[in-house]
Amino acid sequence: MTLHHPALEAGRKASRIPNIWDAAAFGLLFATFVLFIRGGHETFAPIDALSSTPISLDPANLPEYALRTVLRMLAAIIASLLFTFVYGTLAAKSRRAGLVLIPILDILQSVPVLGFLSFTVTGFMALFPGRVIGVEFASIFAIFTSQAWNMTFSFYQSLKTVPADLEEASRSFRLTGWQRFWRLEVPFSMPGLVWNTMMSMSGGWFFVVASEAISVGNTTITLPGIGSYTALAIQDKNFGAIGWAVGVMLAVILIYDQLLFRPLVAWSDKFRVELSAGGEAPRSWLLDLVRRARMFRRIFLPITHVVSALPRQRMAFPVAPPRAAMSVWRSVWVDRLWVVAVAAAALYALWLIWSFVATELTGPEILNVVWLGFLTMVRVVVLMALATVVWVPIGVWIGLRPKVAERVQPLAQFLAAFPANIIFPFAVVLIVHFKADPNIWLSPLMVFGTQWYILFNVIAGASAFPNDMREASSIFRIGGWSWWRKVILPGIFPYYVTGAITASGGSWNASIVAEVANWGDTKLTAVGLGSYIANATTAADYPRIVLGIAVMSAYVILFNRLLWRPLYAFAGSRLRMN
Amino acid sequence: MTNVEFNRVDTLVEHPVLVDVQGMRQVYHKGDNPDLVVLDDVSVTIREGEIVGLLGRSGSGKSTLLRIISGLLQASAGKVQWCGKPVTGPCEGLSMVFQSFALFPWLTVLENVEIGLEAQGVAAAERRQRALQAIDLIGLDGFENAYPKELSGGMRQRVGFARALVVHPRLMLMDEPFSALDVLTAETLRTDIIDLWIEGRLPAKSILMVTHNIEEAVLMCDRIMIFSSNPGRVAAEIKVDLMHPRNRLDPEFRALVDDIYARMTQRAPAGKVEKRVADGFPGTGIGMALPRISTNLLSGLMEALAAEPYNGEADLPDIAGELQMEVDELFPIAETLQLLRFAELEAGDVRLTEVGKHFVQSDVDMRKRLFAEHLVSYVPLAALIKRVLDERPTHMAPYTRFCEELEDYLSEDMAKETMSAVISWGRYAELFSYDGHARAFSLENPS
Repeated sequence: MTLHHPALEAGRKASRIPNIWDAAAFGLLFATFVLFIRGGHETFAPIDALSSTPISLDPANLPEYALRTVLRMLAAIIASLLFTFVYGTLAAKSRRAGLVLIPILDILQSVPVLGFLSFTVTGFMALFPGRVIGVEFASIFAIFTSQAWNMTFSFYQSLKTVPADLEEASRSFRLTGWQRFWRLEVPFSMPGLVWNTMMSMSGGWFFVVASEAISVGNTTITLPGIGSYTALAIQDKNFGAIGWAVGVMLAVILIYDQLLFRPLVAWSDKFRVELSAGGEAPRSWLLDLVRRARMFRRIFLPITHVVSALPRQRMAFPVAPPRAAMSVWRSVWVDRLWVVAVAAAALYALWLIWSFVATELTGPEILNVVWLGFLTMVRVVVLMALATVVWVPIGVWIGLRPKVAERVQPLAQFLAAFPANIIFPFAVVLIVHFKADPNIWLSPLMVFGTQWYILFNVIAGASAFPNDMREASSIFRIGGWSWWRKVILPGIFPYYVTGAITASGGSWNASIVAEVANWGDTKLTAVGLGSYIANATTAADYPRIVLGIAVMSAYVILFNRLLWRPLYAFAGSRLRMN
Repeated sequence: MTNVEFNRVDTLVEHPVLVDVQGMRQVYHKGDNPDLVVLDDVSVTIREGEIVGLLGRSGSGKSTLLRIISGLLQASAGKVQWCGKPVTGPCEGLSMVFQSFALFPWLTVLENVEIGLEAQGVAAAERRQRALQAIDLIGLDGFENAYPKELSGGMRQRVGFARALVVHPRLMLMDEPFSALDVLTAETLRTDIIDLWIEGRLPAKSILMVTHNIEEAVLMCDRIMIFSSNPGRVAAEIKVDLMHPRNRLDPEFRALVDDIYARMTQRAPAGKVEKRVADGFPGTGIGMALPRISTNLLSGLMEALAAEPYNGEADLPDIAGELQMEVDELFPIAETLQLLRFAELEAGDVRLTEVGKHFVQSDVDMRKRLFAEHLVSYVPLAALIKRVLDERPTHMAPYTRFCEELEDYLSEDMAKETMSAVISWGRYAELFSYDGHARAFSLENPS
């Protein structure tokens, strides 16, 4: 057996002498602590600190800005995780709550992320008057909204699909609800959750950059970070500074991937339910390092003890609720009451929206916004089609060559994580230089960051394409167009759909940033819903922000329901291998 | 074949009663349709110190009974008591071994075994010690830190046993614990468990096991309750007083196995009004539930029966042994043959009919023609589909047209399975064709 047995290795007689891995692990850990303290310190400063120490384009400041950006990202991911556990559990465990929570989640998912920002920044600032932390919260909240929904969906799905035998085993051994949550449900959902967190992160960099330089009406806040650094560089037309920002961003994503996600993915591999040791297990040098560092483990033993003992506690309610109360709670009448309450709340909400939007807006304006939405939709559709035509053949070519795929795959994932808005200025300069039509040439920016999802999913699909089917098709001399149509395209289709859904959602979101682009005083605008929302945000015109966002959400929902869901179902039922 | 009677003074009478089920009934409600009765008028008593087997084919509700006793399911009616108290949820003092092992893949062997004790709030040190004892007892030493996916099937089920035994249950429930294992591994594990039981080292007071393997039941149990299907009822109760360790080749053992085979293939007594008089399948007419049996299996069994040494007639245990099939696999095939009048089942024997012999000797086209004839004659659903297709000018009919009609009689799952059985038989017989994309039947064959 050449299997790797981390647990057996740990069980060996442990020596008390620290080893080289200890030194490395210690260094990494304490450096992280120091960075945290530095970054956190400034967060609690009064808001004047922001104006007294404006962003500087000196590249020497970039590491600190990068740190602030990373901390925001981390805070958002922790918030998303908490939200996921609470919301997902509630939706899965309570039938009544699920009736309301799941549709809400579906809609939240289609609301453009930057739309949330326009609403919330003033609210958060009012919560913490005069403190930087209010603005920080607004920014973190924006990142949160870009991450939480798909994580919650993944967790909810896992909770709903816990294998029946494991469920029965834990019930027959009388595990309490608390124990079942930590010992069964969370571990079972781990692989999906980690993967979705990774996808969320990779989308999140885009929004962290976009949300640091916030300007709503007269309120303009620039939080120290890579995003605001880039914004200033754009204002100053400083190409060098943008180059630096791109470089640092690349480094940050790389470090994040190596220090956080590789270890997480490698660790979460043990939660996969399939009971065979087949396939290549993901590895991470950091995880290996921590597992090998003896002293390190020893010192943290008390902490790991507490952390691992907590899920094992019973945490049961001391007294069960009386049976009579339970039967009333479960009765049909409470169901009916609940439906009435939900309907009343929904009606009130509709009235509220109407009274807010109808104060200033007229019918023709609403129609116009729908038309703008249509324009943006045409852009999304055309660009997705273009990206498909370009990347599917390339992805197939790469995926069928394992050696190439091994190199290119991480690069494609990396490019998907890279916030495309940092390099928008280069495009703007080109458009201005060639006097091109922004209505057409700004559009590619929408898919600039999201096309990579298509690429790396197609690569994954082509790599997973069964070898015997490739052999069969070459023995029967299936070639040319019929090979594409009958063999490889059906084979990669499920993967393509997964990638395209992510890419299309990302493109709608990106339109708010991509349809308006600045370079110094030059401002390019493409007519569309994205620029409508962006302009309304700059003008702090709330009814128009609400209208724009509502229309965009409606488009995204229709897009999902009418296009992606049927395609996804088709891929799942007809084209799945095995 | 003789009916073996055993007379022994029941020494268990004084032992405390653990499980007391009287007149229990389990029903699934399904909208406006008639309720589906899974278990009807079931009475079971289990005392300390015995191994009881529930034997029946799939769909006889034996696993459901096990889950009702364990408190995982709530019975629709009747008395269900555990240690003198009504069962309202998973009971204390019970543990369970699962067919699929149901181990937590993310926990090591040791952690998997400890989990039952965690639920009881046992302190960490004691938990560890007791778990190690159980691991030691069941022969898993050295595997404490392995993850389930690193173990073979037999070792995984040993973890399942250790996990069930560590809580020192008064009753250990086993749901077909050996049926996912290969023959050799299953036998080793059975022997190990029985050895521990005889030596009094098994920390469980009683065992209740569900199985569809007749020999397994005779090998392990003190008492076997045979279930009939649709609805599940206790058809017979047989005491096994053979001394442990039991020998499969012992004539008494063989006689008992033969007797049980005969009981399980026996037609319902004339006096009792039961639905399953004509054949083994529940329901009548259109609403007959059909098992999804491939036509390859049907012709395979007929060929095996026609060949030497059977020459058209075989003892079920013999042919089951030769084909390495368990009751659950063999019976539905034999019963489908009986339904189609290609074979007859009686008193533990299966016999090819004249048409069945003719089928075996025919070429492919003739076989298909014979099959089509019998399908239309004896499977009402197939006849209905054919008739509807003939009558309609388009010669087309949607899947839902028939499935919905079926759902008036059967549960959704059973209706689906019946539909897919009829589709695959009809396709083989070239009676009609079916387009899975369009979900529609038609008479045309693709040209």
